[in-house]
Amino acid sequence: MKDEKTLLEEFQSKIDKGIKIEPKDWMPEKYRKQLIRMMSQHAHSEIVGMLPEGNWITRAPSLRRKAILLAKVQDEAGHGMYLYSATETLGIDRSELLEQLHTGKAKYSSIFNYPTLTWADIGAIGWLVDGAAIMNQTALAKGSYGPYSRAMVRICKEESFHNRQGYEIMCSLAFGSEEQKQMAQDALNRWWWPAIMMLGPSDDSSPNSDELMRWKVKMESNDAIRERFIDRTVPQADYIGLTIPDPDLMFNKETGHYKHGPINWEEFFNVIKGNGPCNKIRLKARVDADRNGRWVREATEAYAAKKRIVNS
Amino acid sequence: MEKDTQGTLWEVFVQANPGIPHKHVGSLHASDEEMALQNARDVYTRRKEGISIWVVEAKNIKASSPEDIGSFFEPANDKVYRHPTFYKVPDGVKHL
Ligand SMILES: [Fe+2]
Ligand SMILES: [Fe+2]
Repeated sequence: MKDEKTLLEEFQSKIDKGIKIEPKDWMPEKYRKQLIRMMSQHAHSEIVGMLPEGNWITRAPSLRRKAILLAKVQDEAGHGMYLYSATETLGIDRSELLEQLHTGKAKYSSIFNYPTLTWADIGAIGWLVDGAAIMNQTALAKGSYGPYSRAMVRICKEESFHNRQGYEIMCSLAFGSEEQKQMAQDALNRWWWPAIMMLGPSDDSSPNSDELMRWKVKMESNDAIRERFIDRTVPQADYIGLTIPDPDLMFNKETGHYKHGPINWEEFFNVIKGNGPCNKIRLKARVDADRNGRWVREATEAYAAKKRIVNS
Repeated sequence: MEKDTQGTLWEVFVQANPGIPHKHVGSLHASDEEMALQNARDVYTRRKEGISIWVVEAKNIKASSPEDIGSFFEPANDKVYRHPTFYKVPDGVKHL
């Protein structure tokens, strides 16, 4: 049996060579724990993320929009499923993961604790929230853990439709009547900062992630991803004549990047702690769905057991 | 209250096109094989990623273990004569 030090060296050298770590391979306990935390948080976000948009499925303005929104929300359910499965390869049980969400022990993305007040919010979510998520997920697709990285590749392929359908909604509104344009601007005003914040605390306040970077659990710093998101999104807002609600936003010619104004981190941490506008209803919706669906799960098990008897 | 059920774990294999092998795509939970197949369709082939799906209960798969990788695959290591490049073909001889 090899000692811990040799195993760790071999583990690191595989990662350095770009060889993925697979479920049965040796891995440091900290690596496993951190991945379970990150991946389950990601899975929960996909699932809870269906709620704000689900709110508008019955009120979509046309059959076309309704079919698109349904497909989009269904994709998010799929993303949750890929990620729960991938997390389970690390040796944790599905019911345990759900338990952690339902008791508030596990977190999900702060962004889904904001309400969807108008149809334009559905546009803003696809454009900004899925847009920011793509930035994060394309980085994670290069991560070292095989099942997570493969799930990310799959998810990224599906996300670009989410992003485009959102921007298309924003375009229609922004080029529509004065009222529609205002509705689009209002949605941008409310979703911009939460979208900026969902990419996580700024680098100087997030505790040292050297090890996570070395292990390719984290691929890029939050601020780097945030910068890329802003650089891509600002011209898209310009094109449809909407204003980013950041008076300090400036293009820096020397660096070639936008520089944003101060972020209200107090709001971010407050939402994470459970005090956002919708934390309670989001969690209640998930707990209710789980509780109300329990008899269905039990019935399918009973049916399966009956079939086994009949067939034997 | 009794422990909640999440069904059993199934591994999913999808054949993308005719003529190529099924490939592992991930896993899911279901109560029986029919449900596993339907869930696999909904979770892994929403965009025509496949024309055929296999589902196998995860507990029925026996996998080789990474620690034994050396000794397990060792028998193939010293048998270079299994490859055509091992053999000398005289100059001028063709179609061999
Ligand atoms: Fe997603
Ligand atoms: Fe999405």
